[in-house]
Amino acid sequence: MAMKGARSLLGKALVLIEHNNAKVSPASLSAITAASKFGDITALVAGKGCAPVAEQASKIAGVKAVVQVDSAEYDHLLPENVSKLVEKLHGAEKFSHIVAAHTAFGKSVIPRVAAVSDCQPIPDVINVVDENTFVRPTYAGNALATVKSEIDPVKMLTIRPTSFDKAGDGGSAAVTNGEACGETGGTKWVSDEVDDSGKPDLSSARVVVGGGRGLKSGENFKLLFDLADKIPNCAVGATRAVVDAGFVPNELQVGQTGKVVAPDLYIAMGLSGAIQHLAGMKDSKVIACVNTDPDAPIFSVSDYGLEGDLFDALPKLKSLV
Amino acid sequence: IFFRVFFPPFCTMRALVAVKRVIDYTVKVRVRPDKLGVVKDNVKHSCNPFDEIAMEQAVRMKEAKLVNEIVAVSIGGPKSVEVLRGSALAMGADKAVHVKLADDSVEVEPLAVAKILKAVAEKVQPDVVLTGKQAIDDDSCATPQMLAALLNWPQATFASAIEVDGKKMNVTRETDVGMQKLSVSFPCVLSCDLRLNEPRYAKLPEIMKAKKKPLETLDVKDLGVDITPRLKIIDVSDPPARAAGIKVGSIEELVDKLKNEAKVL
Repeated sequence: MAMKGARSLLGKALVLIEHNNAKVSPASLSAITAASKFGDITALVAGKGCAPVAEQASKIAGVKAVVQVDSAEYDHLLPENVSKLVEKLHGAEKFSHIVAAHTAFGKSVIPRVAAVSDCQPIPDVINVVDENTFVRPTYAGNALATVKSEIDPVKMLTIRPTSFDKAGDGGSAAVTNGEACGETGGTKWVSDEVDDSGKPDLSSARVVVGGGRGLKSGENFKLLFDLADKIPNCAVGATRAVVDAGFVPNELQVGQTGKVVAPDLYIAMGLSGAIQHLAGMKDSKVIACVNTDPDAPIFSVSDYGLEGDLFDALPKLKSLV
Repeated sequence: IFFRVFFPPFCTMRALVAVKRVIDYTVKVRVRPDKLGVVKDNVKHSCNPFDEIAMEQAVRMKEAKLVNEIVAVSIGGPKSVEVLRGSALAMGADKAVHVKLADDSVEVEPLAVAKILKAVAEKVQPDVVLTGKQAIDDDSCATPQMLAALLNWPQATFASAIEVDGKKMNVTRETDVGMQKLSVSFPCVLSCDLRLNEPRYAKLPEIMKAKKKPLETLDVKDLGVDITPRLKIIDVSDPPARAAGIKVGSIEELVDKLKNEAKVL
């Protein structure tokens, strides 16, 4: 087992698994890949009725142990309750790293745990240099900061899911039952409104068609959805402007304040390419754009740009793909 | 306390709103020659956009007589006063607290900010703390959660709708897959997302009035919070530039390139 450069394997990482009681979220699979650079991984699966997820987590490559805490207070993974559980586990096991994906869940829990442990969290990590040194984007992705955590005994990070591959199968970890540590009270879950249209998930789609103000109306977004239906594993994204205008729901928003995507292909339709939007998609492998304005900033990040009217281009594009 | 139990929130609630002075969102930032930060001198700064949304929310709650006092707080060098006066007090905060740092270039990490805000909250005794969901400079998205943890209060992050319902708040929050509704008891910390509201512009008479509103200055040294950074900045660099692309003449050519050259379709 001894190998060169394996010093970091002395570490012990805890990964907080996000799930829907049926499967581990793709973002958590990326968190496992990031955490595998720190040493042995314990996966925490908390929830109510989360046994299938714990079972799945035990088979993920790199996971050495699964702690399953199946109890009513972890229903909907409220950060107040989950963070108490993580604090307790950390108190007993003294992890070197506590890792979650930089999603609404990870962002809500990790800073809470960090504050109680008097630790400065490291958010939205895109690269792990070594066990103490991390790269993260700031200023909407316009400056990359490499930071070294020198003082805190435990590093608490959220990682950007699109920057790390998803961990595959191949593990055979033991699942142990952890003890719940009670309701914190104060917060109650009321309801979820989830778009379950069955469309591919925006964050993990292979192709994303992004629409902006050039679409002019919510009805016209149907043209993008029709195109997306013709391309395998293709999702529709949108700029903040069209979300604010009520054309599409907010979970389609790509950008600094929405989702960060890095698909193989991003097709930008009628969007100018504001700094805020670019922050969410400029790491796409190939970017293509159609825009009537030759000076639109989107042309400066596009591999292929077509100057023209998207209402001419869309039907042709649909028939050609 | 007796009064509060029997006559919940009406006009006895105090809101604390945290605002940060950041480089204006329209500015294209430049990395400093020493590669340890970005150029901040002679660069336009303004109130963090998410914090304006938090401020607007507090003002609307006051207008709806759900809150009777709004205290704004900012941590930073002398120029943070511009944000407190020009944005917070002019938008409708009743008073302001400036936690003064040695100069405008000092950066304080979210952990220290949360500790400072906790000390301020202990003085101000708010029922609700409103903040932006993240600052657009460090993009950390951590301070409100850390403050809630230090105070051991409930939190609702990424709020897109907030209603006061007796002694609780009904908060709709934005998640990755849609919306989630939570019921949160007081006191609590709420972080505000973009769609919560459209912040108002302060009108000239309000800007004039804001100059006379009370503004208390606290020296960070007197709060007993250690602001020494936990993270050492090794390097700040420009993101890798994308290779120059090409313009195509037709949609047929575009599809051909995507299929046969880039092989992504």
